[in-house]
Amino acid sequence: MDMMVSLQAAVKQYGAVRALDGLDLSVREGELFALLGPNGAGKTTAIRILTGLTRLTGGTASIAGMDVTRHPVEAKSLCGLAPQSVNLDGELTLRQNLDFHGRLYRMPAADRTRRAAELLDYVELADRADHPVKTLSGGMKRRLMLARALLHQPRLVFLDEPTVGLDPAIRRRVWHLIKKIRRDGVTVVLTTHYIEEAEFLADRVGFLNAGKLATEGTPRDLIERLGQWAVDRLDDDDIQTSYFPDRDAANIFLAAQPGEATLRRVNLEDAFLALTGRRVG
Amino acid sequence: MQAFIAIYLREMHLLRRRFKRVLAAMAVSPLLYLLTFGLALGGGMTVDGVDYLHFLLPGLAAMASMTQSFALASEINLARFYSGVCEEIQASPAGPLPYVLGETAAGVTRAVMAVVLILLLGLLFGVRIYPGGWFWLAILLNAAAFASLAVGLAMVIKSHADQALLGNFVITPMAFLGGTFFPMDALPEWLRTPLMLLPLSHASRAVRAAALGGVPDPVGLLILLAFAVACFAFAVYAVGLARD
Repeated sequence: MDMMVSLQAAVKQYGAVRALDGLDLSVREGELFALLGPNGAGKTTAIRILTGLTRLTGGTASIAGMDVTRHPVEAKSLCGLAPQSVNLDGELTLRQNLDFHGRLYRMPAADRTRRAAELLDYVELADRADHPVKTLSGGMKRRLMLARALLHQPRLVFLDEPTVGLDPAIRRRVWHLIKKIRRDGVTVVLTTHYIEEAEFLADRVGFLNAGKLATEGTPRDLIERLGQWAVDRLDDDDIQTSYFPDRDAANIFLAAQPGEATLRRVNLEDAFLALTGRRVG
Repeated sequence: MQAFIAIYLREMHLLRRRFKRVLAAMAVSPLLYLLTFGLALGGGMTVDGVDYLHFLLPGLAAMASMTQSFALASEINLARFYSGVCEEIQASPAGPLPYVLGETAAGVTRAVMAVVLILLLGLLFGVRIYPGGWFWLAILLNAAAFASLAVGLAMVIKSHADQALLGNFVITPMAFLGGTFFPMDALPEWLRTPLMLLPLSHASRAVRAAALGGVPDPVGLLILLAFAVACFAFAVYAVGLARD
């Protein structure tokens, strides 16, 4: 499978702060890759570099084999971006926002009209097409941003915290849209600090910590490195967690605990914590 | 070309949505200047062989072409620091050139609207001037220069608060010292020489000469052209650099 995204020894320095510290990252064509990490880990910086919004201090970044610094126009043409902050034009209608985007990507008029209609339908906003964007709810704006990112039929979309600030029901709806994008063959790179989002959506997950990739793998691999089951017990006001390969072993351990203890499945948060000593959220 | 049209149309959509408010705002300053300087202070006064209102109106047109095209900086600021639309443009394959072209064209459009409004206001005050080819050439060059400057400076500043400083330090001094309200030749040499470095001084002279039926000094028009080209180049450079 071809490599769609590549960062090699990527460094980004903002004054005294090193946002990326030699990040190596590869995403294959057609996969959904989630970059998971706490705030300040460098997730958004990595996406900004790959989409040409931020310059690298060192290292290289490429999209489909094209260096984003040397071939920015070609690289950008292949990408769609839904950034973390809503950056729609509130004064313009949904259709006008999409038309603006289509023109920026040099789409012919007929294609712009057809794709806008298709995508507004896809994200279930067709009935609001001629309303100003400022009249939409937060969830609707997120869905419109997904539609906009897909308008020019990119091979790759970057979704930076696509569900941040949304209530659980709307978040689920956006997840299903992202799954649909992935099924349509588009490579997706998403950043999140929601564990369940990465577990639900991603083919592969990369743990980003302090500007470096701590590890990567499928959600199942990353979890199974620790075990299947976890027992949390309260020890001197601190939660201590033990991991077990099967439920029987975990139950035996649980029964032997003198104090309060609970049994649960291991998740990506455990894997992240075990590896970095930090929590994701 | 598509990206240029996208940028220009976006600004025109925004302008259309606020058309009445923008038009009213464009009318306030010239109306006040015509009332206070034109009628109250300068009533019956003759300057350079014409009554003061006929002298003032072309100056106001030149000044409006500067202020209204430069006002674009506020819109760009909002797109950069609040709505985030600038990032959408930066993430697209559209380079700095169509962006600057589109924004400059939008600034020029605003300036032309403002100048037409001033000409109409002038008619209310009984002032009829000659807005021929030379007049519009000077207006367009001046507007293009300040719209480009607005794009460039809007990319350089670090926050929306800095926007007001640009107005205070660039536009207001130029509006009062650039020959809008008085003939530059009336100034002493030591003051006139540095003030002739200001582009608005040349715009005022060229617009006034054309409006009163004469032909503008070609050197002044060339200076305006050079200033417009320099500002445009600066804007393209600044947009290219505006990534963190």
